[in-house]
Amino acid sequence: MPNNKLPRVVLIFPMNKILIIVPAYNEEESLHGVIQDLRSHVPQADILVVDDGSGDRTATVARQSGVKLASLSFNLGIGGAMQTGFQYARTKGYDIAIQFDGDGQHLAAEIGILLDKLQKGTADIVIGSRFLDRGDYRPSFFRRIGISIFSTVLSTIIGIPVTDTTSGFRAVNRRVIEFFSCVYPEDYPEVESLVLLHRAGMTIAEAPVHMRDRTGGRSSITPIRSAYYMVKVLLAVFVDLLKK
Amino acid sequence: MDIVKILAIAGSATLLFMVLELIRRGRLKERYSLLWLFSGIVLLVLSLSRSLLEYFSQLIGIFYPPSLLFLIAFVFLLLITLHFSAVISGLSEKNKRLTQDIALLHQAVEELKQSSTEQVKSLDE
Repeated sequence: MPNNKLPRVVLIFPMNKILIIVPAYNEEESLHGVIQDLRSHVPQADILVVDDGSGDRTATVARQSGVKLASLSFNLGIGGAMQTGFQYARTKGYDIAIQFDGDGQHLAAEIGILLDKLQKGTADIVIGSRFLDRGDYRPSFFRRIGISIFSTVLSTIIGIPVTDTTSGFRAVNRRVIEFFSCVYPEDYPEVESLVLLHRAGMTIAEAPVHMRDRTGGRSSITPIRSAYYMVKVLLAVFVDLLKK
Repeated sequence: MDIVKILAIAGSATLLFMVLELIRRGRLKERYSLLWLFSGIVLLVLSLSRSLLEYFSQLIGIFYPPSLLFLIAFVFLLLITLHFSAVISGLSEKNKRLTQDIALLHQAVEELKQSSTEQVKSLDE
């Protein structure tokens, strides 16, 4: 695991309030590890777990760990869950919000990479990309096709290359927090949210990260859902372009 | 009077009556009943007046005038379902906002509880 070599994220922003938003849907197995990982690597940040109407003990695990918990009454989907986190960040006056998935695939040690880039002030959102310079992630054939289609479409729209459009590992500044707490796509928000940000005049940047295999639970991705995902996202993106 | 006409009048009159009755009892809100009312009235008028029906049929080239009634009913149904889809979209957005607000309120209550127990503890010491 490469994360052992990386240094602890020290207090880079003494005055910045950082919130880590962890969307979790039925992640009772991995959630505890994720929270420990975050606490040991980013101790200065607050953690908010958004339990997306889980049927398992996700909320209980979060409560026992002592992190902040927003528990949705029923499953809203990742978009609705993330937006809840952004709304919390807005009302509580956080300067930076980080999306960090509850399934344990992201490395807390790499949050510093995103924060560094965000701190430079040249971007409003920094996306952790699996495809920038380090190549230990090998997606299946069909996923690779999907990924390259998204990447091409999005890069064309935005005008700068985006390699990992579906990454759920992101850091955003106050401007984006305020924007996302009002407008955030529902079903498969990753790609569409970038188009919305671009149209709102925000700057998007990427930083290279790694992703782990899942530590527990089950991925929601199946071949049929992937096809639906592709069609739905592309449609949503083009609809966004037509909106005023 | 031919059977088609009787059936058409009876059908559209029943529709109009049912819509009005639902509104009267408060089971149907006015804003969701406008399209129904309008379609009921148009169908009833065209069923009553054969000459009007024939005039409009000829205008758009329909040979058998009563089939214009089907066309009109079909178009209204399309409009009504489309209207419903829009209404449902609005409702689901509001539903989402409410769910988010409830979750955040719960979180705020938990934080208040914690800070108040901490205050009690510090007062005890």
